[in-house]
Amino acid sequence: MRKLIQTFSHLFLPLSVMILLIIINLIKGADYFSISLVNGALYGNIPNILFGASELVILSIGMTLVTAASRGQDISIGESATITSAVFVMFVLQASEVTLFTIVIAFLLSCVVGLALGAFNGTLVSVFKVQPMVASLILFTGGRSIAFMIDGKLSPILANDISNQIGTVIPGVPIQTPIILTVVFIVLVAVLFKTTTLKLYVEAVGINPNAARLNGINPKKIIFLTFLIMGVCSAVAGFIAVNKAGRHDSVNLLKLIMMDAILAVAIGGNSLGGGKFSITGSIIGAYTIEMLNRTLLRLEIEPAMIKVFKAIFIIILMVVASPVVRVFAKKTLDRVRNWRSPSSQSAKLTTTNIPTRKEQ
Amino acid sequence: MASVSVIKPKARLSNSNILFLIAAVIFVLMYIFALISYPASFMQFQTFFDLFNLNAPLIIMTLGLCIVMIGGGIDISIGSVCGLITMACAVFLESKSGSIGGAILIALGIGIAFGILQGYLIAYLEIQPFIITLSGLFLAQGLLTTLHKDPINVTMPAFVALRDFDIVINWLGTKNRLGIFIPCEIKPGAIIVVILLVILASLMKWSRFGRNVYAVGGNSHSAMMLGINVKRTIFITYVISGLTAGIAGFVYIMTTGAGNVGNAAGAEMKAIASAIIGGTLLNGGVGNLLGAPIGTLTLLIINELIRAAGVQSNFQAMVSGLLLYFFIVLQSIIMSLRDRRKFSVSLPPWLRLSDKAQKSSQT
Repeated sequence: MRKLIQTFSHLFLPLSVMILLIIINLIKGADYFSISLVNGALYGNIPNILFGASELVILSIGMTLVTAASRGQDISIGESATITSAVFVMFVLQASEVTLFTIVIAFLLSCVVGLALGAFNGTLVSVFKVQPMVASLILFTGGRSIAFMIDGKLSPILANDISNQIGTVIPGVPIQTPIILTVVFIVLVAVLFKTTTLKLYVEAVGINPNAARLNGINPKKIIFLTFLIMGVCSAVAGFIAVNKAGRHDSVNLLKLIMMDAILAVAIGGNSLGGGKFSITGSIIGAYTIEMLNRTLLRLEIEPAMIKVFKAIFIIILMVVASPVVRVFAKKTLDRVRNWRSPSSQSAKLTTTNIPTRKEQ
Repeated sequence: MASVSVIKPKARLSNSNILFLIAAVIFVLMYIFALISYPASFMQFQTFFDLFNLNAPLIIMTLGLCIVMIGGGIDISIGSVCGLITMACAVFLESKSGSIGGAILIALGIGIAFGILQGYLIAYLEIQPFIITLSGLFLAQGLLTTLHKDPINVTMPAFVALRDFDIVINWLGTKNRLGIFIPCEIKPGAIIVVILLVILASLMKWSRFGRNVYAVGGNSHSAMMLGINVKRTIFITYVISGLTAGIAGFVYIMTTGAGNVGNAAGAEMKAIASAIIGGTLLNGGVGNLLGAPIGTLTLLIINELIRAAGVQSNFQAMVSGLLLYFFIVLQSIIMSLRDRRKFSVSLPPWLRLSDKAQKSSQT
């Protein structure tokens, strides 16, 4: 039981935010959880959130690892995803006949490109000791024009049945395909963490690279590995995003998603300064951000004002979760307890068996 | 015994200075390269002044950002705050009670307000700077679109006069294609850049506050042990950053004369890039404010060169990314070689940087 409480204590922040948002939504309208069946697929608020946040969830998993190991953030994830999806789209379009096999090959190819991009950033960070944010600034600056070069500026359209099904629904399956893909990805990551010592190593490197090195862990290798995983994550996210959109728009695909991904990591209760991390927290954080966006839309706030409310919400959230406020709250709670204590303490003294033990 | 003499602390150039030196050398090399390859455009003095005239807001923002980065933080809200200020000033100037003095007050007020809010949250509540300034970015963008969505062209006569005001240098200038002599023009924004640069650089170099910022950025724990008020120092860096964003906003509207939703969009990333090229490290504690304009100008000259070379527009970003890559790798290689102390020892004696510096510092 105590172990359970310990694991849930760091999820307190994201879960409480999520519950708060659900309550706001329920006040707005009681039909928040209603789900309807349209064309053989489930639609409603909750499936929409799961559908909309799928890329963000995948990217925030990679971002958590990078943040934990290298104590910095990768700001080029949206650009990497654009490049990998450009490769995917061009491979699919040059094929004469689009089958499932072509899609899989194209996806694997885009994963290889993602690995290469991750290796680029990872080399800069681990070998050249460049700050992650600076290292990824390079790809952030040039990434979209590389994607332009690959897709030929024409924003090609993916008009085939299979990618349409990947983007929306497979006939006969009631859940949208991106949700299924996200769940599969999360399960794969969970298996990776269960079967290997990756989590321990990443945390050790993040807390103190020198101590990790003295204990036989190669920090360079671990940081490089996290960036490779980040590359694969951005390839998968780009794959989902481009299939959802149906066309490859180099300018706007996953634009500024790194901000949301970093926010998801922070809301998930992880430190942005590296060290211990919780993937579950980041996943919940990512869903929370999507829920927040949709809640603001649902409350019929003017589109111009949405960002203001988002900012105020985040600021309040971070203030409540900040270490200073936490210590202050703990102190006041203790004071309240002490103030109430005289009666309870005396009661305790009579009921406990300390005096009897002394007598013995 | 050469290596022993190298280790002496006074003898070595500090990290700030060597990074600044690298940036300056690269800038000079870039400019000479530009002069040689495109003499027609770069030989004109006006080209050099235009770098300042048109990009004064970016340089001012970079100055503020550099101070924050030396203090170990980061501020990504500056671009949006600058955009918000241009729009607020434009709306105010177009209203009936608009005046230039009021607009300046509004610009500084909004900038300082953002600085105080973010600084308080980051310094005293110990929240991660990235998140707070990110929400500051959202807040400024949201306020901007709430305030006004459509572009406003300021038509107030007094402001238009200020916008078109140039300082003309008669004895410097070039003849255009028709042989008519055109004197050089300097916008007031460029003057503001120089004034701010002198004030802030001397503040960081010689004042107690500036040294505190370096100490806090280098290691906040030991700074606290030395009796430095860490929280207040960090707070003030963010206030200065907000102030410079405010000044940058006013300079921006003074050059363009219009409020627009897209004003200064993405300027924060440009400012971060130029601060890094200028030799400021993101971990804090290292950097030289004089590097800020040099970094910005290097970035701008790269863009000018790419434009002069006639590279397709969509390759421009790629080429500037590539050049950024070279800078970053070069900086890191030099830094790591310095750390191992093999670099200066392996060089022939007449090239040893540290020995030379040692001699000059001793004499």
